[in-house]
Amino acid sequence: MALINFTLNGQVQTLDVQPQMPLLWVLRDVLNMTGTKYGCGMALCGACTVHVDGQPTRACLTEVSFIAGREITTIEGLSTDGSHPVQQAWRDIDVPQCGYCQSGQIMTTVALLRNNPAPTDADIDAALRNNICRCGTYQMIRAAVHKAAELQSGLAFDAMAAQGERA
Amino acid sequence: MNTQVPVTALNRRGFLKAVGALRAMTATGGGFLLGYAGPASAQAAAGALEFNPFVRISNDDVVTLIVHKPENGQGAVTTMCMLLAEELDCDWDALRWEFAPIAREYGFPLQGTFGSLGVRSSWQPLREAGAKARTMLVQAAAARWQTDLANCRAENGAVIDTRTGASLRYGELAEAAAALPVPDSVVLKTPDQYRLIGKAQKRRDTLAKITGEAQYGIDVRIPDMAFAVLARSPVFGGSVASFDARAARAFPGVLDVVQVSRGIAVVAANTWAAIEGRKLLEIVWNEGANANLSSAEIRERQRALVATPGAVARNDGDSAAAFASAARRLAAVYEAPYLAHTTMEPPNTVVQVNSDSCEVWSGTQIPGICHLNAVAASGLSPAQVSVNTLYIGGGFGSRGGGNVYGEAVEVAMAAGRPVSLLYTREDDIRQDRFRPASYVELEAALDAEGWPLAWRGHVSCQHFQELQDGLDREAVAGLADTAYAIPNQRFEYSPLELDVPTNFWRSVGCSQNSYFAEAFIDEMAAATGKDPVEFRRRLLVDSPRLLNVLNLAAKRAGWDTPAPEGRYRGVAAVSCFGSHNAQVAEISITDGKVRVHKVTCVVDCGQAVNPTTVHQQMQGGIVYGLTAALKGEITLEQGRVQQSNFHDYDALRMDEMPEIDVLIVEGDVTAPGGIGETSTPAIAPAVVNAVFKATGQPVRKLPIKLV
Repeated sequence: MALINFTLNGQVQTLDVQPQMPLLWVLRDVLNMTGTKYGCGMALCGACTVHVDGQPTRACLTEVSFIAGREITTIEGLSTDGSHPVQQAWRDIDVPQCGYCQSGQIMTTVALLRNNPAPTDADIDAALRNNICRCGTYQMIRAAVHKAAELQSGLAFDAMAAQGERA
Repeated sequence: MNTQVPVTALNRRGFLKAVGALRAMTATGGGFLLGYAGPASAQAAAGALEFNPFVRISNDDVVTLIVHKPENGQGAVTTMCMLLAEELDCDWDALRWEFAPIAREYGFPLQGTFGSLGVRSSWQPLREAGAKARTMLVQAAAARWQTDLANCRAENGAVIDTRTGASLRYGELAEAAAALPVPDSVVLKTPDQYRLIGKAQKRRDTLAKITGEAQYGIDVRIPDMAFAVLARSPVFGGSVASFDARAARAFPGVLDVVQVSRGIAVVAANTWAAIEGRKLLEIVWNEGANANLSSAEIRERQRALVATPGAVARNDGDSAAAFASAARRLAAVYEAPYLAHTTMEPPNTVVQVNSDSCEVWSGTQIPGICHLNAVAASGLSPAQVSVNTLYIGGGFGSRGGGNVYGEAVEVAMAAGRPVSLLYTREDDIRQDRFRPASYVELEAALDAEGWPLAWRGHVSCQHFQELQDGLDREAVAGLADTAYAIPNQRFEYSPLELDVPTNFWRSVGCSQNSYFAEAFIDEMAAATGKDPVEFRRRLLVDSPRLLNVLNLAAKRAGWDTPAPEGRYRGVAAVSCFGSHNAQVAEISITDGKVRVHKVTCVVDCGQAVNPTTVHQQMQGGIVYGLTAALKGEITLEQGRVQQSNFHDYDALRMDEMPEIDVLIVEGDVTAPGGIGETSTPAIAPAVVNAVFKATGQPVRKLPIKLV
C-alpha cells in the first residue's frame, strides 16, 4: 500500500491503495465513483475514458501510482445537471440507448473539442474509433459532436461578446 | 378497424415462444410454470394512491408510472410511459416513473423484455390502465362538482368542467378517485386524438445516462459488499478436480476463496484484487467429454446431419416433382458461426443472502428468470427472494437467463457476505451462451424463364429452445417461413446436440436464416441475370407490406440509377417480429476489405409509438448485424473458445459506421410491430448481396472474408 495524492474533479484526494491498482477500480470500488465504466480492461473499448491532466486516458490500464499529483476529471466532474455543452448536445440529439458506453464517448469528445473546436467527420472518426458502442449510436454521436462544437463556439462567441462589452 | 385478430395472434405466438425461452433459460426445466408460487405481490409505496399496478398518484399531485419492462437501451422507459400517459392525460413533463418489482400483475414469470414484444404486449393493457385511472379521476371530479361526466374532460394532469372552466388537479382528486370501483371497460382514444403516441418523444432517462448517474447492475454498492470473479472450466461441461488457493489468498485485498458448483470464486475488497487473485489460483480441471471439441468437428457433424432426413419444418406442394421438372437447378451450402453478445456492460449480479432472505440486484431482461434462479440457488422460498431491476448496459438476448444469478447467490452464501459477481470481458466472451453456429444446404429449382418453381433446405444447428416433435421453429425462422410465393417448398431441421451453451441473440433464428434465404434468393436471380429487386417483387405478390417497404427502399436508395464509381448495392427484405423491413446497402471493396458506405432502411412497424426509438432501434439493429457480418466469429479449439476480448472479437467502430437512412412507413395504426430485432436480419444479406454484385462470387459463409 502507498499513499497517493491527486485531484479528482477539483477535489484533493489522498488514498492508501496498492500502487499498481488501475485507476478504474480505484474510482469505482474504492471511491464509489461508478460513472466511469468497465468494458474490457485492455484499453480496447474506451468505456473507462477519463481525463488525466486534460488528456483522454483509459483508466483500466492506468496504474494509480501514475496519477500521483495529477488532475483527474471523470464524467461526474463535467456537470451533474447535464449543462456541459457536450452533455447538452447529447441531450439535444438524444444519443444514448443503453447508455453504458456514453461516459467514455462524452469524455473522449470533450477532449477532442478542447483541441479541435470544429472537427470534421474524419477527425471524429479518428478520435472516437476506440470507443465501442454495441447499441450502435455512432450516427447520433457524430451528430452530437458537431452539435457540441456549435454550442461551444456559440458560448465562445458569447464570452467574446461579453468581454467586448466590458471593454 | 379490427385490432383483435392480429394482436391476439402475435401475443399467442410471442407467449409460446417465451415459454420455450423460459424453459431454455432456467435450470429447472419445463413444468415449473405450474404450481410456482412466485414472489410476493407488489406493494404500493406509502403515501401514494394506487389506481392500478401501473399508476400511482399522490395527494401532492405527483403522478408515478410503473415501468414493468426492463430498460436495456430499447427505450422501454419512455415508450411504456407514453402508452400509460396517453390515456391517463397526465402532465408528460412532470410525471415520474420507476421500475416495477417482480409480480404477477407485471407478467411474472414472463415479466421482462424479449422477443421484441415489449410494446406489442403492452399496447392494450397499458393504454387501458391509463384510461381506467383517468376515468376514475373524471368520475371523482364530476361527483365533486355534482355534474354529468359528459361535462368533464381530462387534460394535462387535471379534470376540467367544460361548462364552468373550473379545474381540479389529479392530486386533489386522487383520494376520492382511488376509492372508486375500477371500471370494467374503457373506451380508448382513436389515433386522431393521440397527443403522445406516434409523436417523437425524447427519452426520459438520457440525463441520468450522460452524467454517470444511471445505475447499472455493475454500479450497485451495498454495505459490506465484496467484489468477486469466478474461475470456470475453460471447457464446457468440465469441473474442478483440485485447486490450490494459497497464492490467491495471499494477494493484497483478497478476502476469501470459495468453491461453488461452477468453479472457484475469488472474493476481494475490490475488483482488481479479485481478478489478480484469480490469476494466482492453481486449478486442475476435469475437462470431460468436450476436451477435444473443435469448430471443424462441429461443422463435420452438421454436414453429416443434413445428409440424413430431418424434422420437416415446411412442406408445400411437391418439391421432388418440381425439382424433377426444373429447367435449371442451383445448390449451395451456407454457414454462420457461433456469436457472443458482448454487451458493453459485462454480466454481473449483486446478491445479499441472509438466513431468511435473498435480495438480488441485476440488470436483467427477465427479472422473473433471475428470481427463479435465485430461488433455486438459495434454497429459500419464492416469497423470501426479491429482485431489484437496474438499467441494463445492453441485452441483445443475453440477459434473459444465464448462470450469473445462481453463481452470485452461491458465492454470496459461501463467502457469507454480500457480493458483486462480475464477468470480466474474457469471461463474457468465453463463457457466454452463444448464438448457435448453423449449417444449411439449399437448393432451388427454376423454370425455363428463371423463376423459382421450388426451393428446399436442410438446417443443422444446436437448438435455441426445447424441441417439439424434433423441431425448433426458431432454428429455421427466416428460412422456412419467408413471404416468398414459391409454390413448392420443403425445409428440414436436424438438431445438433452439444454441450456448447446457446442462447437467443438479437433476432434469434432470423439472425442467420434471413442471411441464408436472402443471399440464396440473389443467387437465384443472378442465375438468369434478373434484377434482385424485380425478382423479389414478383415473389412478394401476397405480401403487400413487405413489397411496399422493398419498393420504397429501392426508390430511396436510387436502385434504378447506377451506383457511384466503385460502389455496389445489395438488397434484402425480411418480415419478422410483426414488422416488415427492407434494406439497401451500398459498399465498396478495397484490398479485400468491405466498406459499407450507406444503408437505406425502410420499416413498416404498424403504429410506431415513439418514432425516436424506432429510428434508434433500426440503426442499432443494423450496427449489431453489421458487426456480425463483417467481424463476428466465435471458434472452438481443444474445447476452448479461442476469442477473449475486443482485439479478437471486435465490434464495428465509428470509422466503419455507414450512413444509415431510416424511413418509417406510416402503416397500420391499429397495432404496433416489434422494433428491437427487426433490422438485424436484413443487413448481412444486403451487404453480401452487394459483395456478390461486386465480385460475382456469392458469400456463403459469415463473417465475410474475401482474401
